[in-house]
Amino acid sequence: MLFDDPVFGSRVLTLLTLSFHIIYATIGVGVPLMIMIAHWVGIKKKDEHYLLMAKRWARGFAVTVAVGVVTGTAIGLQLSLLWPNFMELAGNIIALPLFLEVFAFFFEAIFLGIYAYTGDRFEDKRKHFLLLIPVVLGAAASGLFITVLNAFMNSPQGFDIVNGQLTNVNPIAAMFTPAMPTKVSHVLATSFMTAAFMLASIAAYKILKGSNHIYHKKSLYMTMKIGLVFSIAAALIGDFSGKYLAEYQPEKLAAAEWHFETEEGAPLLMYGILDDEGEVKYELKIPYGLSILANGNPNSVVIGLDQFPEEETPPLIIHYFFDLMVTIGGFMVVLSLVYWIGMKRAWSFVKSNWYRWLIVLGGPLSFLAIEAGWWMAEVGRQPWILRGIMTIEEAATSSDYVGLMVILFATLYLFLGIGTIVVLRRMFKNNPVELELEQQEAAQGGETT
Amino acid sequence: MSLEIIGISVLWTFLFGYVILGSIDFGAGFFNAYSIITGKQHVVSKVIQRYLSPVWEVTNVFFVFFFVGIVGFFPKTAFYYGTVLLVPASIALILMIIRGSYYAFELYGSKGYKGHKGYAFMYGIAGVLVPAALSIVLTISEGGFISIIDGNPVLDYGALFTSPLTWSVVVLSIVAVLFISAVFLTWYSNKAEDTGATNLMRKYAMFWAFPLIIAAVGIIYELSSHNPEHFDRILNLWWMFGLSFLLWIGTVWLTWKRKKYGLAVGLLVGQFALAFYAYGISLYPYLLYPYLTIYEGFTNDAMAISLIVVFILGLILLVPSIFLLLKLFLFDKDYVKGNKKKE
Ligand code: HDD
Ligand code: HEM
Ligand code: HEM
Repeated sequence: MLFDDPVFGSRVLTLLTLSFHIIYATIGVGVPLMIMIAHWVGIKKKDEHYLLMAKRWARGFAVTVAVGVVTGTAIGLQLSLLWPNFMELAGNIIALPLFLEVFAFFFEAIFLGIYAYTGDRFEDKRKHFLLLIPVVLGAAASGLFITVLNAFMNSPQGFDIVNGQLTNVNPIAAMFTPAMPTKVSHVLATSFMTAAFMLASIAAYKILKGSNHIYHKKSLYMTMKIGLVFSIAAALIGDFSGKYLAEYQPEKLAAAEWHFETEEGAPLLMYGILDDEGEVKYELKIPYGLSILANGNPNSVVIGLDQFPEEETPPLIIHYFFDLMVTIGGFMVVLSLVYWIGMKRAWSFVKSNWYRWLIVLGGPLSFLAIEAGWWMAEVGRQPWILRGIMTIEEAATSSDYVGLMVILFATLYLFLGIGTIVVLRRMFKNNPVELELEQQEAAQGGETT
Repeated sequence: MSLEIIGISVLWTFLFGYVILGSIDFGAGFFNAYSIITGKQHVVSKVIQRYLSPVWEVTNVFFVFFFVGIVGFFPKTAFYYGTVLLVPASIALILMIIRGSYYAFELYGSKGYKGHKGYAFMYGIAGVLVPAALSIVLTISEGGFISIIDGNPVLDYGALFTSPLTWSVVVLSIVAVLFISAVFLTWYSNKAEDTGATNLMRKYAMFWAFPLIIAAVGIIYELSSHNPEHFDRILNLWWMFGLSFLLWIGTVWLTWKRKKYGLAVGLLVGQFALAFYAYGISLYPYLLYPYLTIYEGFTNDAMAISLIVVFILGLILLVPSIFLLLKLFLFDKDYVKGNKKKE
């Protein structure tokens, strides 16, 4: 059998399902806000283009949400199937946010159903707009609560273990862990950022493919501005996440930075590779950088991997994930900032083809940063599933069939991924903006909407 | 009432909600596939588009609520059921993913696109297999299929798949899905003033009514030898099952006489509620016979209380929202009839 070890199989399946779900989850958290902004701008400026934007985004969103729901159901159930011992413990301490999350979905699902199916039932666009508020809140709340759970896994608190017995459980304290503020805000900010850049990427692509309609230009300009705001937020909060790690999970930060020895005034290593002897090569060293990231003080001490027993050292591969995330983060800030200033100052190169291709690239890159960030955060927690309390070996199922399930689910995700792309392409290709605007004008000639 | 009882009642209620809403959804998919094969297309597919596509995500949340809630209230179930259900639950998941993807890709994604027959067929078949796969859990909870080896629960697939109890539960779950769905769709089509669909769905409802009772009696009979202790508790609740049977007669009679389809749906829900809760009460106190009771498996008081508080607050938010949803998609005559454009 391919995966004889259920622990390994469970890890692979969790990695697979979460890495897939997070794509749809990010869209699910981020896009409602974009729809809401477009709808709002449309009402304010009385501009049909923005209203149409909201409508078209919502239509595509219905597809991704549906896939998000099924993959989310899969991961939710798989947590109990693959990590029964972890869920038994977690159920006792951290079931509350999971439960709250379900209510958030519930709320979101109800109003999304209503919003999506009642576009033509409201004479007044403002009433239709109101339906978006619970959708945006519900989506953000789902992201918030599930991330609260993940924060707990990184810095568990709110209970005592006395002689192997769980006591003094405090569900509220378990929700407000040290990891929670930075984690939740970083996840939300990056979701909004990624959704904005994804939509910008589509608009830029349309323009490059020869569509000269002002609709796409408005869409591009607006989403790039939103992206700029949230990418700056993401970088700032990312910096705070580093400070959180230095204090509460120093082993993760040290592994991400290949910081082997505890020292003062530690430099930040970017890129580079680790050779067979464990020597770092071709790296870029930023003097005092790590001390600043960790403590905001160039001379401070940063704990290195020498302080941890070997079996508690996270895999060193997370350095690459960290670099990838931070590089993309920096790149997107610069890209959108230059674009914004360029548009204000009428610099011509921001309208050139090569620049637009960079914007097209920005969408997929942002998703890559999301994946890299989670891989770094989750793999960097190894060997723990609940840091300091339970390892993944202790948590995993003992079932013999995990390997088979990996293959089944992998096939299914492939089908879902391809299906999403094919369906979305067909949906918008058969019904281009120009056509829809014409129809709308024709309709308005006859009756008033 | 103890916290344990409140907890299990909340969960059982949500499971019941899922059984009813899910059955409508699963059965509709099956009838849709069936009418495509027999060339009666469009009769059911319209209903699926008008009613099911805005609502299926809400239905799905009932399921999520149940499995998240049970781990919250009874964390030990994660250990027992989580380990042994890997295969059946994964199969159910895969089937659900196929169904969800049909909504995503065929209904949301296809404007002016005719739809793929094979896909509709898969969607329909998956719908009747989901309850079959999920109902295995009920069979397992009766005990006799799990043994503890080296401290880990292990499921004996051989015993499970050769037990007549398993297959009677599977048959009942499928028949129940088809019956519930047909009765509901008769009412819905009638409301939409679609005579063709009403007649067809009524015919299906009558067809599945009798197998339902036979399958239900079959299970009780199987239990008398499989788990006599449980069988005795069921007999003690004979009056609940009896009432349920009377409501079944009411549903069938109204449908037969083509009268008050709305009331028939109401009686149907009552019938299933009585049987479902009676069955639930008869399981008490076991979550997994004989290893786990609701008392041993229960979470700590702090968690239980906070879950119940959140549950009440959640209901305050949800009940009006659900009501709004139903008002727009189920009780709005113009929408049901298709006079209002769907967008
Ligand atoms: C578009 C995505 C994106 C971008 C541009 C960034 N991040 Fe990030 N980062 C994430 C997406 C992300 C994430 C996917 O949201 C993670 C994974 C786990 C988490 O809590 O958030 C994350 C985690 C994460 C962590 C680990 C937190 C933990 O394990 O508890 C740190 C230290 C940073 N980030 C730091 C940064 C810095 C300094 C950035 C500078 C530009 C940055 N991130 C940009
Ligand atoms: C927010 C709630 C989350 C929870 C409760 C959670 C839970 C888990 C669990 C139980 C494991 C298995 C234990 C382990 O291998 O360390 C795991 C691993 C993993 N998760 Fe998360 N996860 C969450 C978010 C995510 C997301 C959104 C991603 C997206 C990419 C992700 C990526 C991974 C990866 C890559 C692993 C495998 C790590 C390894 O095996 O080395 N996680 N997670
Ligand atoms: C272990 C981690 C996770 C679990 C167990 C999980 C669970 C789920 C479940 C059960 C659903 C479907 C709910 C329904 O039936 O409507 C879902 C959907 C969703 N999840 Fe996840 N999730 C996880 C990670 C995440 C993360 C990290 C985010 C956000 C940052 C997220 C955001 C969402 C959103 C917004 C939806 C709604 C569907 C959509 O809009 O695409 N999830 N998730």
